[in-house]
Amino acid sequence: MGANGCQERIIRLSRTKIKMAKRQIVVPGETVVSGNEFLPGDGAYRDGNNVVANRYGIANIFEKHVRVVPVSGAYYPKRGNTIIGTIVDITFNGWLIDFGGAQNAFLPVAEVPRYVNKNEMAEFLNFGESVIIKVWDVKSRGVDASMKMRGFGKIEGGMIVSVGPNQVPRIIGREGSMVKMIKGATGCDVTVGQNGKVWISGKNTDNEVNARKIVEFIADNAVVVGLTEKVEKMIGDMGLKTSEVEVIAENTDEVSAE
Amino acid sequence: MVEGLYKKREDGRKFTDVRPMKAKVGIVPSADGSASFETGKTKAIAVVRGPRTLHPQHMQNAQTGILRVSYGMMPFSVEDRIRPGPNRRAEEIGKVTEWALSSVVDLSGFPNTVVDVFVQIPQADAGTRVAGINAAALALAHAGIPMKEMVSAIGVGKIDKTLVVDLDKYEDSLYHDGEGSTDIPIVLTSRTKEIALLQLDGKISVDEFKEVIELGKVACDDILKVQMDALKNAGDSTNG
Repeated sequence: MGANGCQERIIRLSRTKIKMAKRQIVVPGETVVSGNEFLPGDGAYRDGNNVVANRYGIANIFEKHVRVVPVSGAYYPKRGNTIIGTIVDITFNGWLIDFGGAQNAFLPVAEVPRYVNKNEMAEFLNFGESVIIKVWDVKSRGVDASMKMRGFGKIEGGMIVSVGPNQVPRIIGREGSMVKMIKGATGCDVTVGQNGKVWISGKNTDNEVNARKIVEFIADNAVVVGLTEKVEKMIGDMGLKTSEVEVIAENTDEVSAE
Repeated sequence: MVEGLYKKREDGRKFTDVRPMKAKVGIVPSADGSASFETGKTKAIAVVRGPRTLHPQHMQNAQTGILRVSYGMMPFSVEDRIRPGPNRRAEEIGKVTEWALSSVVDLSGFPNTVVDVFVQIPQADAGTRVAGINAAALALAHAGIPMKEMVSAIGVGKIDKTLVVDLDKYEDSLYHDGEGSTDIPIVLTSRTKEIALLQLDGKISVDEFKEVIELGKVACDDILKVQMDALKNAGDSTNG
């Protein structure tokens, strides 16, 4: 294992990359690929023989399926995302949650993991309280959310750090390596919402502040090559240890780690 | 070309040359999208926020999101101070920018929302509305807003009897000899090459007008290249 194992892994990664996709940055109106066999997906449309980008991002061609993945801009919810938001309204059968997207998310009473008295819904979730929810469905009119699984629920204690939604893949790291490293070093519980909100909860405020500093550092240096080493150094400078977790080799020219 | 009084440009450009351009995206990290665009001494910055829920509610459209553009020149953008705040000219330019961009932006996926575009001119030397449109198109793309294609804009005109591309302040408003100066802002879409905005300030014959549009189309290709470069090289330094 050790250095040799890492090297093997990198080679394997780069090989799969070549096989699955050619990545290029495209601009709206630019032809991504020509040919009738290609199917336009998210962020692309067909114009005659060509598949054209209709937003700015990285073109991703996978088995004739063309997608454009955004690299900047606001957060667009996707099914299955974990998001962190605050209660902005209480209706007769659920809560409206602001998560920084175009529309609010709706959390029905039925999607909450416990019995809630409909006359006293504010007892469970009141205005201004924060929650971790799962995006259940995305419609053009809004987002339906659920809380019924492990890891989701009301946020009590800790702190929420706001970073951009486009920095989230770097904070998570390849296969969650970066967030594991933060957890291991600071002993804090770190939950990353895909909408760019990070919840940090630890035994004491010092640990939480340390974790927050690391998260903010990653967000500020999201495009830097060799970020893992820099974060390791930062953790060392704080007098913390990274040894508890095995860090998987990270491919740094990857922009999104989906 | 017809023999006219205007034989040479002050800055040594050819009549069909565009001023040196510079474009950059991600200049305002806290916004959803942002860009700056410069031609010569004219500088425009654009910031995009949204899509976000539109208030007041009666302005919402249940079928599509709407685009809202505001344009403004900063008080120090010209030699005399400009009184800050909205005025007739700023409102009009904001509105025509909105119309030009609406033809490429597709907000049907975000009903009841608004995408706000703020265009500001920190330094003006004629052609501010076209610089503003170029910056706004970049900022919209940078914000990840769905767009069928990009738009590029250029001011073309006529000085006395000579057709010129990308007028500066002197040519646009200080030249009065002979037939004076005519200014025609053109906005061209990048893929279908359709005209998204066409305005005319001055006098021009039909034949010359046709020629002006051809000159504008050629210039817009140059501008599109600068815009594409700005977007494609954005990852190196910014990630707003």
